[in-house]
Amino acid sequence: MDVRYTTEQRALRDSVAAVADRLGVKAVGQLDDRERAEKLDAAVAASGWRELRTAADDGGAWASAVEVAIVAEELARGLADTPLLGPTVAVELRRLVGAPDTHRRETVALRPNLSQLTTPGERAVAIDVSAATAALIVDPGGALSAVRLDEATGGVDLTRPSAAISSSGGEPLGALTPDDLTRCSALALAITTADLVGCMQGALDLTVDYAKERRQYGTAIGSFQAVAHLLADALVHLEGSRTALLHAAWAVDVLEPAEALAATASAKAYASRAAREVCEIAIQVHGGIGNTWECLAHVYLRRALLATDVLGGVGPNLDRVLAHVGIALEGPR
Amino acid sequence: MDFRDAPEEAEFRARLRAWLVDNNPHLPPSSTSDEYWERQPDWHRALHAAGFFGLTWPVEYGGHGMTSAYDVIVDEELAAAGAPPRPSLGYLVLAVMHHANDDVKRRFLPGLIDGTDRWCQGFSEPDAGSDLASLRTRAVRDGDEFVIDGHKVWTSYSDLAHWCFLLARTDTDVPKHKGLTAFAVPMDQPGIEQRPLKMINGITREFGEVIFDGARVSADNMIGAPGEGWRVAMTVLSHEREPQELGNASRYTKTVHQLQERVLAEPNAFDAEQRRELAWAIVEAEMLQHLVSRRLSDRLDGIEHGPEGSIDKLLGTWVEQAVGHAALSIAGCAHDGGDPSMLNTYLYSRSQSVMGGTAQIQKNLIAARILGLPTA
Repeated sequence: MDVRYTTEQRALRDSVAAVADRLGVKAVGQLDDRERAEKLDAAVAASGWRELRTAADDGGAWASAVEVAIVAEELARGLADTPLLGPTVAVELRRLVGAPDTHRRETVALRPNLSQLTTPGERAVAIDVSAATAALIVDPGGALSAVRLDEATGGVDLTRPSAAISSSGGEPLGALTPDDLTRCSALALAITTADLVGCMQGALDLTVDYAKERRQYGTAIGSFQAVAHLLADALVHLEGSRTALLHAAWAVDVLEPAEALAATASAKAYASRAAREVCEIAIQVHGGIGNTWECLAHVYLRRALLATDVLGGVGPNLDRVLAHVGIALEGPR
Repeated sequence: MDFRDAPEEAEFRARLRAWLVDNNPHLPPSSTSDEYWERQPDWHRALHAAGFFGLTWPVEYGGHGMTSAYDVIVDEELAAAGAPPRPSLGYLVLAVMHHANDDVKRRFLPGLIDGTDRWCQGFSEPDAGSDLASLRTRAVRDGDEFVIDGHKVWTSYSDLAHWCFLLARTDTDVPKHKGLTAFAVPMDQPGIEQRPLKMINGITREFGEVIFDGARVSADNMIGAPGEGWRVAMTVLSHEREPQELGNASRYTKTVHQLQERVLAEPNAFDAEQRRELAWAIVEAEMLQHLVSRRLSDRLDGIEHGPEGSIDKLLGTWVEQAVGHAALSIAGCAHDGGDPSMLNTYLYSRSQSVMGGTAQIQKNLIAARILGLPTA
């Protein structure tokens, strides 16, 4: 056992952090800065970070989920308004069914509440759709198809728009085995857990800075225990989540599919609860300003809410954790 | 970056697993039974004698000089076998190793590590809890000895202890943090009276009060230099906050397994809320196992943890209390006079946010020393 990041993984983290810090959203007004957003998108495209799960010569992914999680975490921390989650899962799905790589930008579409990889009905929601021309969609039998995308329509996350689409009429690409589906779900859970960890780190950094600057009663509000303890709680939530993530990201490619799903579901449940708490603390400590559109705290919360719902937050993942030990969450059904 | 065993680690795991088949003492839970505390010294000695305890400490003191990964394996296998956790005294060993002179290390570490000598920790006092540095127990020099007068409380395992890791005031003319010195005080002497404390879960053998009335200790038994006591205490407390030194992770995993078995045995007897509590206990206990792996891996870089111990202490507390809530929810209060051990597991979990520094003190430390927030 040695769970330290390798030298290469640390270098990857540093280079993603540099891009996110230089070109990510640092004020709400920057969300409308198209020139910045295009530079960011170009930098991520040039880095190849969306193609980490394309096939290497042996047919396996070019990089492990640990690397993907590192990229996802840093992009979330820096509020990078460019896709990673959607394209990465799309690339994984193509690789698993043996469909050829495509040069167009693709993402995935899920059932309307986003809680599972498969979409049983006619309505679907494509996530992370910026610049994507198609969304890959999995039917309950595992059949994979590509549906054309038109316009982004918005959604909760100001950094990653979604679009409601019809799930039918797509171009068939192949079929996923149940094991493929399970492992791909584990990957999506690990990426979204990493996204939550990044959101928590970004929101906490923002809020600690504010608590050192904002003065009331003649002193920085961070000196009051009532405020300081909220921020300490936030850091503990973050560190627990980071720990769960480390194991989850490793598990995706190493454990058997059912074990990988349970490990990633456990981490996602932990981080979903934590991220809501941390982002709410961020808003609370910012006071009235934290409840205005201009404060970045809600941008983190909104990003965390999307990341939470993709493959499910607390409920669906506690269900997966219990199912793995043979217990149903809701009792006899 | 790998959570799996290297080949030599796998071999060690297999040996431990085989040993546990015949050597698991099947003690009742530590948190709920006095019998556990009576029999725990035998378990400590057996685990050490078989080569499964004191793994990371130097060979010359009875350790095995192994890498920290092996402690993770021990925790996992003890939990899987339902065996008692490894003895939690790493924080005392590390403090002696870090602060004491070679003579003290040679005289005390082997017995501490192999379980021949039982130790208790004399830090807190009735009027010095969170404000530990205000403690009033005095140690006054008398020739080659010090004479000790004072009152210690929350002194874990004091009834079985041969030695007390005592923090006492040796200088009243300097600021409170600077006048403290640490000693290894022999417990078997006329000037020491030990009184058990009965805790809310009915346990009487874990915590005690110790009254020092003219007790004596040789000046050679000083741990660290005169006036170094506060720094020694901070070393003890920072390691006492780390789950990898406590071996608690295996205790939680064992309880979670027992609760899981109860639900599996009677699937219709538990509602959604009870299942939810169980699921959180599973998730929390898994996180703590991974935290131990993470922190022990960091140690391969030689990273010594300081204020981060407060984060780990709170994470460990949250885990123990989540497991406690699951125990209460699933096993209930034994209204019918049945086995109250899970109720007592819950009651014991409340002490986790107090012992080793309260949750509120940990948050103060995190705010000031990690987040860099200004202090009032």
